[in-house]
Amino acid sequence: METLLPALTTGTEAVILRLAGGSSFRKKIGEMGLREGVRVRLVAKHLLGGPIVIEVSGREITLGRGMAAQIVVTVPAT
Amino acid sequence: MKKIVLMGNPNVGKSVVFSRLTGATVITSNYPGTTVDFSRGRMCLGKDRHEIVDAPGTYSLDPSNRAEEVALEMFQEADLVIVVVDATNLERNLFLALQILEADRPVVVALNMWDEAQHSGILIDVERLERELQVPVIPTVALSGEGIRELVRRLDEALTPRRPGRLTDDARWVRIGEIVRNVQQVTHRHRTLSDTLSEASIRPLTGFPIAVLVMIGALWLVTGIGELLIALVFDPLFELYTPVAMALSSWLGPGILHEVLIGTLIDGRIDYVQSMGLLTTGLYVPFAMVLPYIITFYAVLAVFEDSGYLPRLATLFDTIFHRFGLHGFGVIPIFLGLGCNVPGVLAARSLETGKQRFIATTLLAISVPCMAKNAMVFGILGPYGPRYILMVFGALAVVFVAAGLVLNRLLPGDSPEICLEIPPYRRPDPMTVLKKVWMRVGGFVREAIPFLFLGILVVNLLHALGVLGMLGLLFAPVVQAWLGLPGETTAALVIGFLRKDLAVGMLLPLGLTPEQLVIATTLLTVYFPCVGTFAVMFKELGARGLVKATAFMACTAVLVGGLMRIALLGL
Repeated sequence: METLLPALTTGTEAVILRLAGGSSFRKKIGEMGLREGVRVRLVAKHLLGGPIVIEVSGREITLGRGMAAQIVVTVPAT
Repeated sequence: MKKIVLMGNPNVGKSVVFSRLTGATVITSNYPGTTVDFSRGRMCLGKDRHEIVDAPGTYSLDPSNRAEEVALEMFQEADLVIVVVDATNLERNLFLALQILEADRPVVVALNMWDEAQHSGILIDVERLERELQVPVIPTVALSGEGIRELVRRLDEALTPRRPGRLTDDARWVRIGEIVRNVQQVTHRHRTLSDTLSEASIRPLTGFPIAVLVMIGALWLVTGIGELLIALVFDPLFELYTPVAMALSSWLGPGILHEVLIGTLIDGRIDYVQSMGLLTTGLYVPFAMVLPYIITFYAVLAVFEDSGYLPRLATLFDTIFHRFGLHGFGVIPIFLGLGCNVPGVLAARSLETGKQRFIATTLLAISVPCMAKNAMVFGILGPYGPRYILMVFGALAVVFVAAGLVLNRLLPGDSPEICLEIPPYRRPDPMTVLKKVWMRVGGFVREAIPFLFLGILVVNLLHALGVLGMLGLLFAPVVQAWLGLPGETTAALVIGFLRKDLAVGMLLPLGLTPEQLVIATTLLTVYFPCVGTFAVMFKELGARGLVKATAFMACTAVLVGGLMRIALLGL
């Protein structure tokens, strides 16, 4: 099921399908390890449009909601 | 002499490696962006002396903030590069490493945090990695010093790998994928207490209560231990010193030298706060009023920094800070500013845009009280009870929020979103904490004392020349009508520019009511920062930025002073 990263519920694991947004954005978060095919887990979602926290290969990263909404993910069927 | 530059992603331990190589101490912490400027040191290799440079952390050679620009400049000057790689996060760290390897310079790789990688079940085949990268790779644990000798020994073997030129970003990621598959094995890792704690402190529902408890605990420790230090150590020391100073006083007799060294005797005795002599107030204010809090604050700060809690706090505060045109990382300059505004202003470099840096710096200067300001507030209002102290801090909090909202509306420019890596929790190493406290306390003593002495000289000089009296008369209409304070307060405000803590001794003899003292101390913290902060603001914001910030501060001070007068004294 294809969805945007902020739409996941806390604790869900997903795989990044593609990154929308400008090339400098893709580059920046790519350098932090967020690329197509990478597994992520949603650790926390903050209220009032606040940031979300995801886990990527054992590391937590805090991302603004707008940035997170540029990341298209799919939840693998278990 | 070669120039050796340490490069690596943020928070991989470059500064710790630097300290190990040079023996010099630099500030290190457990969050990305501790080093915003470079540090230089020297190291002997055989007979040759080399210069070592500790560059700020960067994810790539394409900078996205000022600290990363500094890193790129350092890299371009390098004769040899030590790439520090976080072994627990090999894949991501290899991006910068490969970029550097493509850039035609001799390189050695330090595979740092080797112990942590092993504990978390990550196995890396070092020999294979050396073959893949075609340069020496040395596993290190910089915190304990393991592997550093080996790193130094193999610096001569640094190689410039032969490569088919620069790869595109995508091709580089493909290459990294290959390398990681070949050299790394990850065994399944159990959830640890640290993981659970990490998630609890970053989720909104549990994170905010934890943050509140942590803050109250920190405040309680800083003030409680600070007071204990004063009562048990510093005041007794000054009691021992008093007979010496009194003997000197009677030996000198009345005259100009007595005025400067001892100051005015009050009821025939030395009053350390009000006498205003170099050897009385000049020693007492920095050592017995400010230093104890500086020591406890920096001890607590060091534990915060090294544990890795600050980036979690940044995440929690992100939503609120966005309203002020900042994002969560703004917590870090603000936090550092509570000790001294100068390192706070420098830490604002890690923010991405000029707008964010301007807002963070201005908020720091007007509404984040440094320890000298706090000591002043406690010193003046302490005898009247906590109610009045709370009034000052409440007013500052309101100023912070209001100024943040206004600046965000007023200023053009972008406020990008937060994008911050959260490091794992680590147990702070007691020696590192002690060293850091020692360095920062040393910095305070070196910087504050000259200004205090200068301030006291200026007070005495202006007093003798009658200038303070004149200023008092000149500004009396404004100060009296607008702020409800006697004209003599002007002198304290003027001297507060040199050292805030010195203003205590100038306010006390005026016999103000507690409400008037609340207005005066709030104004002293809001109206201008000290000279040191001004200098570093000039450096970071430029002349135009500083003029803008100063104008904003002046307007805020007039407004806040007037409002507080109405609230506390009536019309």
